[in-house]
Amino acid sequence: MAAATMMPYFGQQMSSKSELVPDWTSQEVSTGTTIMAVEYDGGVVIGADSRTTTGAYIANRVTDKLTPIHDRIFCCRSGSAADTQAIADVVTYQLGFHSIELDEPPLVETAANLFRASCYRYREELTAGILVAGWDRRKGGQVYCVPIGGMLVRQPVSVGGSGSSYIYGFMDSNYKTSMTKDQCLELTASALSLAMERDGSSGGVVRLASISEDGVERRVLLGDQLPKFSTH
Amino acid sequence: MATLVISQSPVGGFSFENCKRNAVLEGEANKVGCSLPAARKTGTTICGVVFKDGVILGADTRATEGMIVADKNCSKIHYISPNIYCCGAGTAADTEMTTQIISSNLELHALSTGRLPRVATANRMLKQMLFRYQGYIGAALVLGGMDCNGPHLYSIYPHGSTDKLPYVTMGSGSLAAMAVFEDRYKPDMEEEEAKRLVRDAIAAGIFNDLGSGSNIDLCVITKGKLDYIRPHDEANKKGVRTGDYKYKRGTTGVLSKTTLNLEVVEETVQTMDTS
Repeated sequence: MAAATMMPYFGQQMSSKSELVPDWTSQEVSTGTTIMAVEYDGGVVIGADSRTTTGAYIANRVTDKLTPIHDRIFCCRSGSAADTQAIADVVTYQLGFHSIELDEPPLVETAANLFRASCYRYREELTAGILVAGWDRRKGGQVYCVPIGGMLVRQPVSVGGSGSSYIYGFMDSNYKTSMTKDQCLELTASALSLAMERDGSSGGVVRLASISEDGVERRVLLGDQLPKFSTH
Repeated sequence: MATLVISQSPVGGFSFENCKRNAVLEGEANKVGCSLPAARKTGTTICGVVFKDGVILGADTRATEGMIVADKNCSKIHYISPNIYCCGAGTAADTEMTTQIISSNLELHALSTGRLPRVATANRMLKQMLFRYQGYIGAALVLGGMDCNGPHLYSIYPHGSTDKLPYVTMGSGSLAAMAVFEDRYKPDMEEEEAKRLVRDAIAAGIFNDLGSGSNIDLCVITKGKLDYIRPHDEANKKGVRTGDYKYKRGTTGVLSKTTLNLEVVEETVQTMDTS
């Protein structure tokens, strides 16, 4: 472990020497992000912004942070792009294998637990905040939150990422139990819009998806289609 | 009292034993006034674009060692498989070795599947290897190729994250190149238009970024055809001298001439220790 603590220091030193290569080329790629997931009766609605940054440069302005894990299970990724992509790939494999063994569609709770297992075991090495959302026959639409550190908790509505701090108030005041799918979509789009307006690390387009027994419907809201508010 | 000695079996990955020693050596070198040699980085502008029939990859050709140009014409577009090529930015050794390792593994994989390798496979192999080394392999790559599912283009970062996009740029000159792409990219371009776009993007990197320079290399990958154009454009030709500082024979007049005949008296051989 002593070697591990020495490592970051020397890494930093080597990159600061070269003046030709600007520092954003040595920064890790992070999905600055705002992500959100809402349960409704019969499914879930998930949404995310589309910005990936390396330091102050936007490496990808059309990122898809809503990653399919299985037919009716998605995850929303925030934190380090490399860490979350690697974890999602591992869980996709594990869940696919498990589903074949069971010979039936996997439960959302199983997927969430697989994420939690990886995030908790490697908590020192990872920076990953993930929302797992989907539909299964047993419990219908579910949203599970696996933040940095590897906790697991089920919530009816959850937000994550650096932009989430700006919309907790909006979410608390506007979410009501037993909303319809369209109301959830509207709520998610508005919340993400507000967060993207205030958070520098979130932006681009809004990606939405609704998951139910009938399948997955995906939508993209481009700049001019975002909900508008009085200050902007 | 017996003491237990637990022998640690060597763990895979990097060994950081010499880091402390290197830091001490560097401190001592700095005290005398010299510095340790810096790793050669490819300052670089690399980019890729998906057009109607395939993918075009472009790169500059300058490799820098600190502030000095180590190689004026290095090749940054590496072979992965007959239908897949990869541009590399970052530490020159890392990009070279990483692409060679994946190229070798991909060839074995293709022999075992009996199919032409897919770009997504190369992407998986690269991202999983780079993630395993947690960013210590400084290789930022632009991977492009043509397979049974059409043209594909990926950007791969040293920590192991990847993005699949229609146009990507990497390296210190990536901002200049991206500005050109954001202005003029259109989906489904023709080959000549796409080649001009890539050439202009790399040129923007070459002329506006100190870490990039020299010539522009292009690699056009389409179904069944591969064009490795090196160089596509010699953007920085070495200037031709217009004058000469050497004087011709006879410029200085000879006033007088004296000849001395020397006689060899003794010949001795002194051996030198060259070990």
